[in-house]
Amino acid sequence: MTGNPPGSRSPGYVIFSISALVIFWQILADLIVQNRFILPSFTDVVFAFYNLLITGTLAMDFAISMVHFFIGLGLSLLVGVPAGILIGWFPVANRLLDPVIEIIRPIPPLAWIPFAIVWFGLTDIAAGFVIFIGSVFPVLVNTYEGFRNIPRIFVEAGKMLGCTSNISLISHIALPAALPHLAAGFRIASGVAWMCLVAAEMFGVSRFGLGQKIWWYYNLHQMANVMVYMLILGFVGLLIDYIFRSGMNRTLLKWREGEVN
Amino acid sequence: MGTVEISHLQKEFTKEDSVRVIALSDINLTIADDEFVSFVGPSGCGKTTLLRIIAGLDTANSGEVRVDGSLITGPGQKVGMVFQEYSLFPWRNVLKNVAFGLQMRGVSKDERYDIARKYISLVGLSQFEKSYPYELSGGMRQRVAIARALATDPDLLLMDEPFGALDAQTRNHMQCELLDIWESKKKTILFVTHSCDEAVFLSDRVIVLSPRPGRIREILNISIPRPRDRTNNEFIDLRRQILEMIEDEDGGEERIKCKSGKL
Repeated sequence: MTGNPPGSRSPGYVIFSISALVIFWQILADLIVQNRFILPSFTDVVFAFYNLLITGTLAMDFAISMVHFFIGLGLSLLVGVPAGILIGWFPVANRLLDPVIEIIRPIPPLAWIPFAIVWFGLTDIAAGFVIFIGSVFPVLVNTYEGFRNIPRIFVEAGKMLGCTSNISLISHIALPAALPHLAAGFRIASGVAWMCLVAAEMFGVSRFGLGQKIWWYYNLHQMANVMVYMLILGFVGLLIDYIFRSGMNRTLLKWREGEVN
Repeated sequence: MGTVEISHLQKEFTKEDSVRVIALSDINLTIADDEFVSFVGPSGCGKTTLLRIIAGLDTANSGEVRVDGSLITGPGQKVGMVFQEYSLFPWRNVLKNVAFGLQMRGVSKDERYDIARKYISLVGLSQFEKSYPYELSGGMRQRVAIARALATDPDLLLMDEPFGALDAQTRNHMQCELLDIWESKKKTILFVTHSCDEAVFLSDRVIVLSPRPGRIREILNISIPRPRDRTNNEFIDLRRQILEMIEDEDGGEERIKCKSGKL
């Protein structure tokens, strides 16, 4: 894992840079652009947020987006991790599955939207499916990479200690050794999933959703509301990454502290 | 028990350009129960390969290895190994590393932790049982590796240059500790090393291998009583004898002659 540990940045700099951005934005919108449709000002967005919170559907949109996100990402883990283990551990599986994966992988996930709708209708499952397509490959490829890079010494040490069957070598040696790779894959996957979420929801698979509302308010020409949803998408994405990263580092990857990354 | 019989062992490698290299040629050797035997020889003489075949991690092209009469076909229950590199599982703390072999044998949690603690205290690391490998020094890590290999009570312990990465002082200290363990636990130990000093200090017998193809050149009995003194004349004579044999064999490689001193 790279990046600063949480809290290592001085809060003074954070407050300064964000305040500067807000002031710049306000001046730009009020004095230079002077058009709320093209660029709503910071205060417009704050009021829009307040109104949406009281009269709008923010909570529902957030909840539905979370459902889409976790259907997609959950399926990715369910499929991507076992498939990655299979091709990472058994060379035969790799030779058989690699061509298939290499053909499907380059298709951009959004290109699957028509079929997602044809197969699953305008449902949460359809949105989940598009997110799944986008996030399964980072999970799969990183699991595979993790398994390919297990130091041979760990496998041999395990064998000498009586860990000899494939199933116990995978569960006791390979999986924990590959965990940092899996975590990296999962992090990339959650970023891709978040991007796919907006696109999938824009196609109107459901009546609610953070991405769906961006398009909805665009059609109503309420650009301050669009901006509110954009900022929420950014913050939630940041939060998911933060929770995931600190959770992993504190529990499963504790042993990597002090190791050279 | 922990006897080893090696007969007519032959190992070949095929390199990328399909040139065959004979790594070991017709190795015959019998090692008695509780014996401490070291293998020395120049790089490429096949000493590590020999140890790996005895461990069951590599297979020979012909010939066989028997431990206590049973043929070695793969990593077995009776044989423990300590590797040169750091082989501790970094995701497990000391206690769980040492208990790993017992876990694989289905020993219950309480029992395996009890046994593991005994071996951790044997190598003097009781305060560190909760530590992760990255928190330990090189010498401590190898102590844990020794405890881990011993915890399943193997009859035969294979050690592949286990102290090779340690500084000289730690190394001498570890040698003494190993002899203490060997004397109290009564194991057969096969020890691969680059260091003649280490071989003479530790072993009942030193087996000198010569390269291309790897074969046994000489077997020396070391009858100096323990504890051994490294500055004793007999000790120094044996060291010199082994060094000369290795130096002699190493002539095949292009080396710049060292004028400022002898090995």
